[in-house]
Parts: sequence; structure tokens; C-alpha cells
Amino acid sequence: MKPARFAYQRAATTEHVLEALHRSGGEARVIAGGQSLVPMLNMRLARPALLVDIMHVAALSHVDDDGARLIIGAGVRQRDLEMRHDTAARQPLLAMALPWLGHVQTRSRGTVCGSIAHADPSAELPLVLTALRGEVHLRSRRRARRLPAEAFFTGMMVTARAEDELIEAVSVPAVRPGTGYAFREISRRHGDFAIAAFAAVADEKELRLAIGGVAETPKARVLPTDQGLDDALDTFAWNLEARDDLHASARYRRELVRRIGREVVLAAIRDREARALKEAT
Amino acid sequence: MTLDVHAQTVGEGGWVGISIPRVEDAALLAGRGRFIDDLGMPPGTLHAAILRSPHAHATIESIRTDAARAMPGVAAILTGTELRALTTSLVVGVKAPVECWPMAIDRVRYVGEPVAVAVATDRYLAEDALDAIEVSYAPLPAVVAPLDALRDGAPLLHEGFPGNIASDRSFSYGDPDGAFASAPHRIGVDVDYPRNACTPIETYGVVAEYDPALDAYDVLANFQGPFSIHAVIARALRVPGNRLRLRTPPDSGGSFGVKQGIFPYIVLIAVAARLAGRPVKWIEDRMEHLAGAVSATNRVTRLQAAVAEDGRILALDWDQIEDCGAHLRAPEPATLYRMHGNMTGAYAIRNLRIRNRVVVTNKLPTGLNRGFGGPQIYFPLERLISRIAATLGLDPLAVVRRNLVPADAFPYRTATGALLDSGDYRAALDVALRDGDHESLLARRAAARVEGRLYGIGYAAVVEPSVSNMGYITTVLTAAERRRAGPKNGAQATATITLDPVGSVSVHVASVPQGQGHRTVLSQVVADVFGLRPSDIRVVTELDTAKDAWSIASGNYASRFAPAVAGAAQIAATRLRERLARIAAAQLNARADELVFSAGKVFSPGNPGNAIPFTRLAATGHWAPATLPEEVEQSLRETVFWTPPQLDAPNDADEVNSSLCHGFIFDFCGVEVDRDTGEIRLDRYVTMHDCGRILHPGMVAGQITGGFAHALGAALLEEQSYAPDGSLLTGTLADYLIPTAREVPEPVILHYETPSPFTPLGAKGVGEGNTMSTPVCIANAVADALGLADIRLPLLPSRLSEALHGAEPQPPHHEARPPQATQGERTLFGRGRASVDATPEQLWAMLLDPALLARVVPGADNVRRESDTRFRAEVTLGIGPVRGRYRAEIALSDLDPPRAVTLSGSVDGALGFGRGRGRLRLVPVGQARTELTYDYEAAVGGKIASIGGRLLDGAARVVIGQFFESLAVQASGRRPSLWRRLLRLFRRRA
Repeated sequence: MKPARFAYQRAATTEHVLEALHRSGGEARVIAGGQSLVPMLNMRLARPALLVDIMHVAALSHVDDDGARLIIGAGVRQRDLEMRHDTAARQPLLAMALPWLGHVQTRSRGTVCGSIAHADPSAELPLVLTALRGEVHLRSRRRARRLPAEAFFTGMMVTARAEDELIEAVSVPAVRPGTGYAFREISRRHGDFAIAAFAAVADEKELRLAIGGVAETPKARVLPTDQGLDDALDTFAWNLEARDDLHASARYRRELVRRIGREVVLAAIRDREARALKEAT
Repeated sequence: MTLDVHAQTVGEGGWVGISIPRVEDAALLAGRGRFIDDLGMPPGTLHAAILRSPHAHATIESIRTDAARAMPGVAAILTGTELRALTTSLVVGVKAPVECWPMAIDRVRYVGEPVAVAVATDRYLAEDALDAIEVSYAPLPAVVAPLDALRDGAPLLHEGFPGNIASDRSFSYGDPDGAFASAPHRIGVDVDYPRNACTPIETYGVVAEYDPALDAYDVLANFQGPFSIHAVIARALRVPGNRLRLRTPPDSGGSFGVKQGIFPYIVLIAVAARLAGRPVKWIEDRMEHLAGAVSATNRVTRLQAAVAEDGRILALDWDQIEDCGAHLRAPEPATLYRMHGNMTGAYAIRNLRIRNRVVVTNKLPTGLNRGFGGPQIYFPLERLISRIAATLGLDPLAVVRRNLVPADAFPYRTATGALLDSGDYRAALDVALRDGDHESLLARRAAARVEGRLYGIGYAAVVEPSVSNMGYITTVLTAAERRRAGPKNGAQATATITLDPVGSVSVHVASVPQGQGHRTVLSQVVADVFGLRPSDIRVVTELDTAKDAWSIASGNYASRFAPAVAGAAQIAATRLRERLARIAAAQLNARADELVFSAGKVFSPGNPGNAIPFTRLAATGHWAPATLPEEVEQSLRETVFWTPPQLDAPNDADEVNSSLCHGFIFDFCGVEVDRDTGEIRLDRYVTMHDCGRILHPGMVAGQITGGFAHALGAALLEEQSYAPDGSLLTGTLADYLIPTAREVPEPVILHYETPSPFTPLGAKGVGEGNTMSTPVCIANAVADALGLADIRLPLLPSRLSEALHGAEPQPPHHEARPPQATQGERTLFGRGRASVDATPEQLWAMLLDPALLARVVPGADNVRRESDTRFRAEVTLGIGPVRGRYRAEIALSDLDPPRAVTLSGSVDGALGFGRGRGRLRLVPVGQARTELTYDYEAAVGGKIASIGGRLLDGAARVVIGQFFESLAVQASGRRPSLWRRLLRLFRRRA
């Protein structure tokens, strides 16, 4: 479990990062917290020629709140966001999900954007980004673009990021009045990959449920709030094309979608009502 | 767990039995432990890395090492050829013409089996060298499940084990036939006990050196014993025992039996050192450990009981099929025979039939693990008690009580030959129910059930053996074979007490602790003998076979420390005290046998004012040996070799006292199962232990809590899983799940002490019991909660879902899909279609053109045409972050130009292998379009299957999708944007 030889470059500016990615011809990888990449290097699953460390790029290390969105820079660690004083107030779903990411130790190193870049289908942050209709901010020397979460995650650990692109930030909409949120995860131990994870957003217009850990990417559906909910969850469950693995059968995952999915959307509706009450007083 | 620390308040004597702070902890808590990887190495030490088989079963056709040997820093490459030249096969535990090498010679038999060793100036370069070794394998069919191994026509692992059976023995005790014929009930269970392992936090480590002048090996390894293995290693290395110096480091980070299994690696690294001509160090990494260290056995058991109306068990009929993995390594099949004396558990059952079969399969070889054989027998036995109660409508506790060995029967000789040393099982059970508040648990269950919640209670009563009889394993041989081989028996423990010139006391034992706290307990035991404080006693536990007193039974296993080793130390200290008393008697003008050793002084009780300081007395043997009374001889050092007389070799009736001590455990617990998720919450767990005399309550609590945590892992989380093709599926700790502090609730620990009459201190072993009692206790509770007759470990919520949720409704009609291959099958199926702007003839021409094929095969370069229909290429495949280089072969067959062709492909590389075939059909649509359809099946395995199984299937689908996508792109040649869009179609359908 020793990595193959690689070169290491500590970038000082975003431009340095982009230049290195541009020159490397796909042989460079960005390293931030290293919580997924370093094990892959040690197992020799990933063998980049160059690692570009972005943790000393000041421009990437902060969270911007423009009133409508939280824009989370590539250098922001998961634990920083979790401990930030107003994360729960500005986007409750993020605050609900963050304690479920791995362990305190991994969150203290791992970054928000790193988890998005890794695109593990069981990971919480890709799920939250999908549930909230967040965006991934990509930049290369050629261009800057933003992709909605559902366009960014194209497969299991596969994304729409081009080899020369840096995930500069991710953005999620800030809390909106009249909106409720709920999150729940089923895993074998706390901190394990989710067997199924659920994030629901309920506002006046729609009830949206996103599910991670079942399909190859997180998937979201708008669900009816009437008695059609159970049928819609059943259809969603089958649509996710769950597979058997060591930890859970496909059938068990469908059961969780039907049962826990229902609990989580109802919890989001209750959360909306509770927030509405609070806003009114 | 509370630790009673009142050492400071105890004035003198009486150290044994209280929880003094562990002398080990100051260093460990400050990060100053001296583990093997912390120690300085001889100058010039090289580092080894091991190439391991990605295949469960394959013939090694060739190993090309020239490129690796030529790499900078590489000193040696060791393959099976060199190994065979320099060593002899490891001994096998049964009489059969079978070899057992520490590394594959010409055939691999499990994923993770060593295939080559690279030795280089550092571990990084050694692993680089592994990448450059090219092994050509011819895969063979694998067999994974023990029942499959027994089937006619099953793949054969060893010619010397016909039918994959290494041993098949039948035993009969009492009159089982009569009992079964006359009993009113026959009640049974079928159990498939899973594989797991104890997963110490520190992995294996070896530093080996070879001295060509002496033809001698010097090895430092975190080996745990038994040192009978020293003989096995020396024999394999073709040296006499005195040319193998085996040393252990001062600290070892847990073992639980597992570090017995390091010995094949000791042989391997010793040979590597010989080949390299320099010392070689190898530290096993976690992936190597999970794939290649050692596992407990999995076992298929059918247990039947002849039962009276009142629940009394009249006879047992055991049929056990033990799975020892790919090789029968010493001391296997000991897992099966360690419990032979106590196959009736805590019960007085006089009639037994036992059939024991040992099979080999394409899985990691097995060896010592905490509980060693106990979990495998107590799961069926205690499930049986539960089934008897359910079948006859009895309270499970009534069935337990009716069958327990009665208190007045001790020492009790079991039907199979064990001598249960002491106990009052019924009293212990009653105290457990009372102090564990069984009544309240019944009330909680009743209340939960009224509310519609799923709550159950489970019980388990077990006998915990300790201090193994070194002869029990010979029960696998027939009486005639045993007579030919000569007797093997006993459990010799050694201890040495030394006095130095300033009169301070040192203790050395050959117990090789792996974190248990032996040094602390020995300081208590010896302090009590000499009337000193534990802090006055220095205890050394590292072992050097060239210098120290040891025997084949030395080491840290079978829970033998407290009953055997601590007792031997007490005997040695007492003998030395007797010598000192004689010296003091002359000086004090008193009788030696009346002298008191207390508070650092020696005096006659009648005249305490006239006392000799202990240190001065103890130093006398150094400074004034001529003054010693003649019969004292010396007073510097006492070494004791102690073996209990009760441990005889198996007799001709195959009766064996397999262990010296037998503790008793009675557990009960309440669990609640979540109706929606199947998650199990342990509400309360009560564990009652009779482990004889308790030497250090805090450490006993630690052992029980640790055993409980291991057992909880076995019950709820852990299974070393193999796919039907033999791929290892639990290659990292993300898939092999061990309990963490969050998953382990604190058990209620109770004690009922009946000292063992057979051990010097009255202590029995306590290190393993909960691994035997707890898995089945929890399973009984879950079975009670859900009303299940059959239940398998680990108790995955997903598995319980079937019972909880009933049959799943059909999918809504429009969502119906063909069944998907599961990961467990390790075979992928898929199909897809596309319409391409080219004629079938154009497409056909492409398929036969290497240049075009190079563009079609994802990541290919250097495509070489071997024949019209066979191509080779080097390909780089990358899925997400995972990227590797592979050798690929592509063949076309069943050609039906230009309508259909079968494409077969294989890739092999460091990350794994894949094989697949697909049928491609071309149907013209109009003038210049072709409808292309394909279906395929593919199998993928190897390293990536072990560590990224989730990723693997998705990855294979993407690669296959990419192939057909680029085929379409190349064929159309002009409208890539259209094909970009088609990519999505492929992915969705493929």
C-alpha cells in the first residue's frame, strides 16, 4: 500500500492550478483533503503523474453567501462547514447531512468539493447537492461553466468534469421561507457508505425527494403529496434499478425507498410546517 | 466497566485479586510502545513486498521477472522455483500426500496467495517491482462453499485430498443409536456458520536474517505462539531448531490467535533474506492482512438431538463439515478438535455420535482466532436448546436447567473425555437471572409486544475451555495412527524468577502477550509471594528462543495465561522464597517454614523486630554464596516447567481431555428489531462468568468486554465474503465491517467464582468465552423477536427484510425489467442497440482492421494482429479515478459476415482481470444505415473486486459501453455529436 511515484505541486493561485491541469494532459489530479484520493493512491488504483495541492489557494478557501446561494469554495473542509455558525440557519439540509459524512477525523481533512469530485453514489454531499438543485462551478483555462448536479454526476464515480477542469466551488440555494427539509441515512455502521440515504425538500410548490446509495448517481423525483405518494415511491424504488451487494439486497433497498422514503418526505413536510410557524411568530 | 484502583491503600500482600493500574499502560498511552515496526533494524536491511494471486484457482503458466530484477534498488525476486529449492513443504496436520507451501509453486488456490516476493531498498521500490512482474495464469474453476466442495465433479484442490476431503472421522460415545431409537422427539438444526477473523490493529511483521557461515536464521516476528510452530518453521527452512533463533518484540498490537498464522510468512521472508544476502523486513499492510493473513473456519453443521418429553437431551448427533480454506496449515484441523472434549457444552449428555469432515476450498487458509472452535459448536448447540423449547412448548430456561451438569458431579467427566474442573452452573444461572434483572427484561418484552414492536430475548449457556492439551489435535488421527506417531499431550508453562546483586526481582515468562497485561498480573502474583509491592517486580515477556526457557506449549493462546503461566510464576517464586527462607532461618535463628515475607522484610512472627530486609537477603546469593546453607545450592534464579497431570493423550476410545480448565458462561439479552429497516438494537446484555479465581478484576472485565465486542462483530457485522468464483469481496475495512466503540454497548458483567482445583492460583481462562456465547445469544433473541426457526449470521438487516416484509409486490407493469445480475454472481449481463450511419459491410470491415480496432477498444494502443480473427493490445482503462494498464486479447468467432459476429475479450493487469463475450448483430436499415444490437456477459475479478466491488460492475458496464460507442463513432466517421448523445442511450440500456 505505497503509491506509485508522482510529482507534487503546491499551487498558490487558481491560475496555477488551471495551468497545471492544462499542461498535464489528463495526468494530473487535484488533491484537497485527500480522504478519497490518498487511499486510492496507496492502493495504486489511481496513478496520476502529478498532484496539484489546492489547499494553499486563498481564493478557494471560503464560503460566500450572496443572499440567494451559499457558494462553497474548493478548499473548504467539511468540518469547517459543519462548525460554521450559520450553516444550519442558511441551509438546514446541509447541516442535517454533514454529521453523517464519514467520521469527525475524515471530515476534518476532507473537503466539500472533494466529495463532489469523487462522486461516490453513496456519499451524502452529492445527494444534498442533487436534492437542493445545486450547481458545480467548473473552471479551466478555456472556460468557466456551471452544471446542475444532475448533469454533473454521470455515473458511479464518473462526472462531467473535463480533465483540465477544476471544481472551483459548489453552490446551493439558501434556505427559502416556507420550505422544509429532512435527511436520513441507513448504513450498517455510523460513517459507512450509505445503503440508502434520503434528502427531502418540501415547499409550497413541490415535494422533492433525492436518494443516494441505490442507483449509480443520486436521483431526485418530485412526488405527489396526496394518496398517490406510496405508488410514486414504489415506482421510484423500481426506477432506481438497485443492485445486490455485500451489505444489502436490491430488494431491501427498494423496501427502504418505500418505507424510509415515506418517513423522510413526511418529516420534510412537518419541518416546513414547523418553520412556517416559527416564521409567523 | 469500572476499574477499582485502590492499590495505594493496600499495605502489604493481597495484590492478587485487585485492579492495580497496568504497568504496560504508561508506555502505550504515551505512544512509547515498542512494536516491531518501531524497532531499529540492522544496517542494510531491505524491504519486501509480496505479489498475490488475483485468482481463486489457476495454474501458473509462467512468471517473468527480468524487468523487475532490472529495476533500480531491487535486490532479489523470489518465486516458487527458488522457494522450492531452498525449503521443504510445511507439515500438514493429517496423514496425506499433500504439500503446503508458504507461496504458490505452480498453482494458486486462493485470492491473495503469495506468488512472488520483491526485495528492494525500500517498500515503494519493492511495490514498483511487483508491478513489473508478469504472471501468466490459466484460470481453473473454483469451489467456495464446503458443500459444493463435496459434490461429485467439484474442482479438486489437491490430488492428495480426494473429493476435497482432508479428513473424515466418525466417533460414538455411550449408546446414541439406542437413545435415538427410544426417544419421543428428534429435534435438529442446520447451521451454516460464516467465516470471520479477529483483525488485530497491528498486522504481521517479520525481520529475518540469514548467516551463511552458520547456516542459521535469525528472525524477529510478532508471532504469538504456540512455539510448536518453531519446529514447523525450522523443518521448512531445513535447519535444526538451534539454527533458528526466533525472537518477539516487546509489544504486539493484538493477536487474538491471528498472529499464530504469521509462520508461513516467516519462512518466506527468511528465504528472501537468504536470497538477498541481507536482512529483510516485511510489514504486512491491511489489504494483505484481509486477503492473506488467516481466518476462522466456516462450518456447515447438522445437529440432531434425541429429546425426552420434559426437554431432557438423551443423545446428540453431530455432523460437522469444517472448511479450512485452500491449505491445511498447522495446527489445523485443530479448530474442529479443540472442543472435542466438550461437545456436550454445559450439559450432562451421555450419548453422542460425531462425524467430522474437513474440506478444502478456494479460500484463505484458516488458523487460530479467539474462540477457536467454540463459536462453531455453540451456535448449533444453543440454537438447538432454543428449538427444543419452541418445539415442545417449554421455557428455554427450563430446557437449559434440565440439562445442566449438576453441581455435585464436579469434577465431571464428559462423554467425550473432558474433565470439567469445577462449577455450580445452576447457581450461577440463578444469580445471573436475579442480578441481571431477568424479570424486567420479560416485562419489557411483554410491553413492547403489546405495542406491536418486535422484541425478543435470547439465552446461551456455554463451557469455556482454556489451557489446551497439546495432544487434542491428535484426535483427528485414528488410535492406530496415534500409536505409531507416539503420544502428544500436556500444556507446559515456564517461568523464571531472577534475583540480582541489589536484591531486586525480575520475572521472565514465555507467554508472549499481545496487549493483555501479563506483566501487571505477574508483578502482583510474585509481589504476594515475596511480600513486596508490584512496582518492585520487573517483568520481561519478550521471548528469544536462543536464550530463554520455553517449550512447544509456550505462547499466548487458549486463554492459558492466568491458569497456567501465572501459576508457573507463582510456583517459581515460591521455590525461590523457600531457598531464601533457609538462608534467613540461619541468620534469624528461626525455622524456615515459619518465616514471614512481608512489607519488604523477612522475619519470624514471634520476633518481628528482628527482621532482614528482603533486598539484602535476596542479594546474598551473589555476594556471599559460600555462606549459603548447603541444601540451598544457589538463590539467584529459579526456572519452573509446569504441566498439569490431567492432560493425557487421547485414549483408544477417542476420549480426550482437550483442555485443563472449563469456565462457565450464562448470557441473556433483549433485542428490538426495527420493523421498517430490520436494524437490531441490543437493549440489554447480561453475561455471567465463572472463570475461577479472578486475579485482576479490571483485566477480566477488559477480556470479557473485548470478547463481547468481537462476538458482536460476528453476530451483526463481520463476514469474510467470497463470490462464487472465489473473488474476495471484503478486501478493505470498508467492506469487512468490524464494530467500533459506537456499535458496542456495555454488557452487564457478573461473576460466580468456583476456583479450579487443577491450577496453582485457582484461575481459569476468560479471554474467549463471549465469542462462543454471544453470537448465538443474540441470534436466539432475534429469532425470538421475529419468530424465526432458521437464522444465519451475520444478522444483516437486509437478510431479515425477507422475514419482516414478506413477499415483495411485483413492480408496476411499465417498470418491469429483466433480472439484473447480482454482484455476488460476479457476472454481468447487458444488451444494447444503436443505429449507425454506415452499411453492415463498412462496419464489418472495421472489425477486422487492427488500426480501426485500436480506435474502438477504449484506451488501446499497440494493437497487434495475431491472426485474421485474433488481436492483442495494451490498453489503459480508466473509470473515474481508477486507472490501470492491462494486456488485452480480442478474438472474433462464429463469423457470419456481414450479419453477426461473436467478440470475445479478456484483459489482465495489476488491478484485476475481466473476460467477456458478446454477440453483435448488424441489420441493414434502408440504404446506408445499420441497426446494431449486442448482448454480452462479462466476469470481472482480482484486486479491484476485493476493494472496489461497488465500482467494478459499473466500471465494466462503462467500458463495454465505450467499446460499442466508439465502434459506432468510428463507423459513422462524421457525426460525433450524434454519438455523444447515443452514449447516454448506451449507458442507460447497457
